[in-house]
Amino acid sequence: MRFGIASIAAALGLLAAFSSPGQQAADKRRSGFDTMSPRVQAMQRDDLQNPGMLWVADGEVLWKKVFGISFSCAHCHGDAKQSMKGVAAKYPDWDPIEKRPVNLSQRINLCRTRHQLVLPLPPESVELLGLESYVAHQSRGMPVAPSTAKELIEPRERGRKQYEQRIGQLNLSCVQCHDQLPGKSLAGSTIPEGHVNGYPTYRLEWQGMGSLQRRLRNCLSGVRAEPPPWNSREMVELELYLAQRSAGMKIETPAVRP
Amino acid sequence: MARTLIHAPTTARKGEVIEIRTLIAHPMETGYRAGSDGRTLPRDIIRRFTCRYNDEVVFSADLYPAISANPYLAFNVVANASGTLSFSWEGDNGFAQTESAILTVA
Repeated sequence: MRFGIASIAAALGLLAAFSSPGQQAADKRRSGFDTMSPRVQAMQRDDLQNPGMLWVADGEVLWKKVFGISFSCAHCHGDAKQSMKGVAAKYPDWDPIEKRPVNLSQRINLCRTRHQLVLPLPPESVELLGLESYVAHQSRGMPVAPSTAKELIEPRERGRKQYEQRIGQLNLSCVQCHDQLPGKSLAGSTIPEGHVNGYPTYRLEWQGMGSLQRRLRNCLSGVRAEPPPWNSREMVELELYLAQRSAGMKIETPAVRP
Repeated sequence: MARTLIHAPTTARKGEVIEIRTLIAHPMETGYRAGSDGRTLPRDIIRRFTCRYNDEVVFSADLYPAISANPYLAFNVVANASGTLSFSWEGDNGFAQTESAILTVA
C-alpha cells in the first residue's frame, strides 16, 4: 500500500513536471504552429530552413543602413538585439502625437518621417517587411503583451465588434470560423484559431513574407467583403483586438504557415 | 545580389560525412502565371546549383519551374581535405551568384 501511494505521488510529480509552466497547461489556445504538418513545423524550427530568416537578415542590414543624408535606425536605437527585445510584443500601441493606435510597420514609418526625415516605405514592400521582421524577431519566444494604454480601450472594443460582425457576400464573421470551427477543414485546409503571434509570417501559399494585414485581406476577400485600405483605422483596430485575443502566447516571428 | 543562408561546418574530421544546407532568396517565377494586368509573367528561375569542393564538383542539381520560391537544398559531402566549398546558383536573366565557405579538416 505504501508502495502504491509512493507511485501515485511519483506519477503526480511527473504530471506536474510535464504541465509546467502551469499557466500554459490551462491555456487551451493553440497557435497555428500546433495544427500544421510536422514538415512545416520543422521548417519553422530550423532557422536555416525557415525562409523568413532571409527577410530578417535583410532587416538587419537595413537597421544599420544610413538613409540619404540622414542616419540609421542603429544610430538612435543601438543594437536591436538589446533595444528591440520585447518591443513588438506590445504593438499596436497608442501614438500620442497622431492620437491614434499604430501598428509596428506604421511605427517604423513614423520613425522614418519624424526622425530620419526620409519617405515612408510602402506597405508590404520588401524593405518594410524586412525591418518589421527583424524588429519582431527580437521578441521571439516572449509572450504577446498588448499595451495597457487607456486610450486603446475604445479602439480595441471597436476591433472586437468588427471581429464579431458578419460581413461580405457570404455573410460570415471571424467568430464563425476562428472561434466556433477551428480544427475543422475548409476546402482541405485546417481552420486555425487565428492567432497573431507569428507576424510577419512566411506563407508557403504566398511563397513569400507577408504582414498580418495581408493575411486579413485574404480572409476578407475570402468572405467576399471589400478590404479597407492599408493601415486604415478599421484594420489597425482589428489588429488591436487580435493582439489582445492572442495575449500571452509566445511570439514566433518569423513563423512559417502553409 | 540575392541573400543566401549557408550552413556548413567550419571543421571536420577526415572521412567525416558533413551536411551542408543552403537557402537562397529567389522568386522562382514559373513563366505560367498571369500578372495583375493579365499578361503572362516571364519565367525567372534558378536553373542550376553547383557545389565545388576544392574546384571539384561534389554536388549539382537542375532546378525546374515547379521548385518553390527561395529554394532550400541540403546534401552531404565527405570531408577529405581542408579547402574551400564554393556554391553557385545560375539562372534566367543572367542570374549568377557564388558564395564560399572554408572547411578545415583535422
